[in-house]
Amino acid sequence: MKKSNKKMWFAIFTFPTIFIFLTVVVIPFIMGIFYSFFEWDGIVLHEKKFVGFGNYIKMFSDTRLGDSIWLTIIYTLIAGLIINVLGLALALLVTQKLRVKNTLRTMFFMPNLIGGLILGFIWRFIFMEVFKQIGEVTGFDAVFFNWVLDERFALLAIVVVSTWQMAGYIMIIYITGIQSIPGELLEAAKVDGAGYFQRLKAIMFPLLAPAFTISLFLSLSNSFKIYDVNLSLTQGGPFNSTEMFAMNVYNEIFSYKNFGYGQSKAVVFFFFVALITLVQVYFSKKREVEM
Amino acid sequence: MGKTKKIIIEILAVIVGIIYLSPVYIMVVNAFKNRAEMYESVLSLPSTISFEYFRTAMSKMSYLNAFMNSLFVTVISIGIIVVLSSMTAWMLVRTKHVISKVIFFTFIATMLIPFQAVMMPLMQVMGFVTNNTFLSMLNTRFGLIYMYVGFGSSMAVFLFHGFIKSIPTSLEEAATIDGCNKWKTFWKIIFPVLKPTTVTVIILDLIWIWNDFLLPSLVLSDKGLRTIPLSTFYFFGEFTIQWNLAMAGLVLTIIPVIIFYMLAQKHIIKGVTAGAIK
Repeated sequence: MKKSNKKMWFAIFTFPTIFIFLTVVVIPFIMGIFYSFFEWDGIVLHEKKFVGFGNYIKMFSDTRLGDSIWLTIIYTLIAGLIINVLGLALALLVTQKLRVKNTLRTMFFMPNLIGGLILGFIWRFIFMEVFKQIGEVTGFDAVFFNWVLDERFALLAIVVVSTWQMAGYIMIIYITGIQSIPGELLEAAKVDGAGYFQRLKAIMFPLLAPAFTISLFLSLSNSFKIYDVNLSLTQGGPFNSTEMFAMNVYNEIFSYKNFGYGQSKAVVFFFFVALITLVQVYFSKKREVEM
Repeated sequence: MGKTKKIIIEILAVIVGIIYLSPVYIMVVNAFKNRAEMYESVLSLPSTISFEYFRTAMSKMSYLNAFMNSLFVTVISIGIIVVLSSMTAWMLVRTKHVISKVIFFTFIATMLIPFQAVMMPLMQVMGFVTNNTFLSMLNTRFGLIYMYVGFGSSMAVFLFHGFIKSIPTSLEEAATIDGCNKWKTFWKIIFPVLKPTTVTVIILDLIWIWNDFLLPSLVLSDKGLRTIPLSTFYFFGEFTIQWNLAMAGLVLTIIPVIIFYMLAQKHIIKGVTAGAIK
């Protein structure tokens, strides 16, 4: 009697979540792997043709996909680096004894609350009209021109926008790290005559190592998944030169209607993201042990 | 020396802050200008203050409708996520059984799955349900909320799970002895204690669901159901050339975000930190 009672309560508390979770995440994920072995145009009445690993083999000769993956890796590395440098610099600035530090934190964090899609649109205007006009007026048109229409600069444009979005977020993590450094340690070094940069190099950076690991991998895994900014800022153009991995997957499935092949790309995308995330979790866990 | 240096740093910091938010300035000033004035100078202040473009953008975007849709979907989804996930997490922590471990591990493991990996089969499943049962999952708010609950549950269960582990069981045991059943024990004793984690979950899900574009773009096709990101997307499809109108539209979309940020600043920073460090 008592035992079945316990089971009943367990079911009441967990079943609704588990049911919804299974139908939204787990079952579609398993089906996704299944679909990736078929050639199919997405129309229910049309035949799904089993091709085994055919879709996966096809990817190796898909230069557009190859370019997309390369681009995403390069973008992820550049964006990850810049986001962290700026995030740390902002964190160092707002942990000074300044009267305006709280206002500044608010200002730096704000873009993070605006969605990626909206951010992309705001910046499209800045690159298309503001940059162009600044270039015309000042004559610095080697830097100030419409980046979004230039094959090489369009990628940088995405870096700028996602940095603007994420630096404030990463700043918060660095602030937490900086605040956990004992003040006496820095005071003692100061008394001993260490300058600001010496203190930074010898004391703060080593003690910030855990914050570095978390921030770096958070920014890497987020950058790798970029889609919204990519869509609203450049739409993958000009000439597909900024079509990132996530967008390539979306286009293959919903624009070109290659549901099976697109899904196999989606599975590969999952493996990339999972790999980055697992490394992130590994380093975060390691940090917990040290602390 | 010390004092002047401090003032210089203070001034520099303010300048950095202003430059940082200059895109917001550019957006706002150009929302007031007509085309000629905009092309004359994008950076200058508008010569007249007229809300004409805001009014036009509001009606072209069906702004109020989109705002209400976003609000409804976000609030209901988060409410359900908080209720269901906290209940589930509590049971999983308090039931020492292999099954609870397997369930918890599944929740965690699936956090690795990016949305793009499941979007197509998800739409197939939801299309199947819509065609073969009385439930309409596609092109309904109900369906969208259902999917948000599914995607949001793993992180919420994870965060609640971590917090509940640190709560001693003595209180619950006392409640049980006093005759409370599990349901009462949870809502009267446990749920109020979970408040810090509840705030974290609310903040993180709010930022996510309010700004999410891809899921609603796949689920909703009816114009009247569009959320703010969706209506912004379609609005831009039509009005990219008329930048002043577009800027007015964008200002409208970020106003709710800024108001929310001003009201809940402290909680937002705390919530984001707690969510990120986990």
